[in-house]
Amino acid sequence: MTPDERGRFGEYGGRFAPETLLSALDELEAAFAEAWEDDAFRAELDALLATYVGRPTPVYHATRLSEQLGVDLWLKREDLAHTGAHKINNTVGQALLTRRMGKPRVIAETGAGQHGVATATASALLGLDCVVYMGAKDMERQALNVYRMELLGAEVVPVDVGAATLKEAVSEALRDWVASVDSTHYIIGSVVGPHPFPWMVREFQRVIGEEMRTQLKRPDVVVACVGGGSNSIGAFSAYIGDPDVRLVGVEAGGYGIATGKHGASLSAGSPGVLHGSYTYLLQDEGGQILEAHSVSAGLDYPGVGPEHAFLRDAGVVDYESVTDEQAIAALHLLSRTEGIIPALEPAHALAWVVDNADALRGKTIAMVLSGRGDKDVQEVAGRDG
Amino acid sequence: MADSGTERIRSMFAAAAEQGRAALLPFMTAGIPDPESSLAMFQAMTAADGFEVGIPYADPLMDGPVIASAGRRAIDLGMTIDAGLELVHQVAATTGKPVIVMTYANPVLQYGIDRFVDAIAAGGAVGMIIADLPVEEAAPFLEGGRRRDVGMALFVAPTTTDERLERIVAAQPAFLYGVARLGVTGEQSELAATASELAQRVRAVTDLPLVLGVGISTPYQAVEAGAVADGVIVGSALVRRVLEAEDAEQAAEALGAAVDELAAAMRGSES
Ligand SMILES: Cc1ncc(COP(=O)(O)O)c(C=O)c1O
Repeated sequence: MTPDERGRFGEYGGRFAPETLLSALDELEAAFAEAWEDDAFRAELDALLATYVGRPTPVYHATRLSEQLGVDLWLKREDLAHTGAHKINNTVGQALLTRRMGKPRVIAETGAGQHGVATATASALLGLDCVVYMGAKDMERQALNVYRMELLGAEVVPVDVGAATLKEAVSEALRDWVASVDSTHYIIGSVVGPHPFPWMVREFQRVIGEEMRTQLKRPDVVVACVGGGSNSIGAFSAYIGDPDVRLVGVEAGGYGIATGKHGASLSAGSPGVLHGSYTYLLQDEGGQILEAHSVSAGLDYPGVGPEHAFLRDAGVVDYESVTDEQAIAALHLLSRTEGIIPALEPAHALAWVVDNADALRGKTIAMVLSGRGDKDVQEVAGRDG
Repeated sequence: MADSGTERIRSMFAAAAEQGRAALLPFMTAGIPDPESSLAMFQAMTAADGFEVGIPYADPLMDGPVIASAGRRAIDLGMTIDAGLELVHQVAATTGKPVIVMTYANPVLQYGIDRFVDAIAAGGAVGMIIADLPVEEAAPFLEGGRRRDVGMALFVAPTTTDERLERIVAAQPAFLYGVARLGVTGEQSELAATASELAQRVRAVTDLPLVLGVGISTPYQAVEAGAVADGVIVGSALVRRVLEAEDAEQAAEALGAAVDELAAAMRGSES
């Protein structure tokens, strides 16, 4: 769906941001709307997606795992996209848009480091200055990606307040933007933030679902992990409105929903304002945002994109969660049965399939394998001792 | 029955204008250096014309490191919305000066807009500033404010286009908060040139009272800003003094002296 003129999906979304940013958001909305209708812009993006990103990414039939689980499981291989995750679809699009708007500098936040790497990559490609904000805790657990960003010429700025993870990194990037909006574009990494970001990022990620539709006969279930919600909405968009396809978004259950230490804003949160939009989030009674927890840095976020909030209330998508432990087990399972080490984020989606294999018996399942697991090897090795 | 909120805001500006100066509105986070000593901080700022009381929010997008850490400290020490509202009441009652409440959208939405406005009106506050609320999202807040005659501010920034400025003025806020510089709150060595440009643009289209804030920290800057605006907000420079003080007594002393100095400079600029 297209958000209304106030950037709302139903009651969710909007623009809860300091006035200083509003003109830039207006400008961005107009620039994106125009570019998206411009054949030349689309042709340039498509060419880069094909020759640089490596699209279309394949859909792979996970034969051994299908047999083991008693389902028919297909993997949309975003892990094979350049830089190893779906994040590059969005950053190449936004970097092209930055150049079109005549801004020489971009900033980004990153949790797992995948979006930071993808932004640094697109910036190198187009000759843009790039600064990435990253929580100090995430810099520790995703050290490999920190070095990758630096190799690509980006400056990585540690954010050491609060939980020192993704939420703080987004806040710090927004603060930078408040001071630099004249010369800088903020390449946000998911379908979050003030309008037009949730809409624009979804449009850049739609390519995932559009390709799936041509590559795969209609599945019974489409499943994807939900952090901010960009890989999932990219896949779901192509199937929304088809009553025969069940859509499942899998959130980070952390130590378990009951412990309160998780990242499941849709399953266990309530509506409020975070980072510029009205959406589901984890908060206390006083409206203070709570710390999320997930073993996966990319899902360790107390909010979620506003379109997901709308889809949740409308009952269009089922939002489920799995724990850290289940996700780690799924990472091991896919590695051993298919020779694919997934990132911890999509391992959540797989863990849901594993957990529900009985109920899903015989069904065709399309799962977004949103990224590869190299960045998580150290984290997982640490836990296995 | 006392005067209404918007009238009291206007008379505060008018009284200062009569003395040929702008009103001085210090910002202070509620709950620092600790919740018990917070009231004393406001009482120490005797030279202020009114106060901006910040109800702390842990993810303040418009605030730089000083005010952000003050908010986190207050929350860690147990400051809640209710305690903040009680403080508003005490500041208004014991100083008799106009009190404007400043916070972020989410705490107010969770509390309930009407319930929040009722509470600050009952506590004697005259106005309200929500840092992450542009005119697009402000309608229910403006309406709530009007219902209880609490004067709601809207922001204008150096980046605000003429078209937006028109929309903002048309929404009829009680006063305008001009963001003096491109950036979040924090101390600066000079007043940005953007401040007076912005003030001129605002003056050209409306008679609404205009306060300038963000990046105003020294007496000299306050004088400069006061020359083009009805009110001047000084925040980080004062909050920092409280955070750096060894105890509440020392904080109150430093604060009183700093505000005296600001006020004296602004009075001295009488022409
Ligand atoms: C591989 C991968 N998958 C998923 C996510 C979660 O983001 P989203 O929900 O926006 O797809 C991330 C975020 O860092 C990621 O790196």
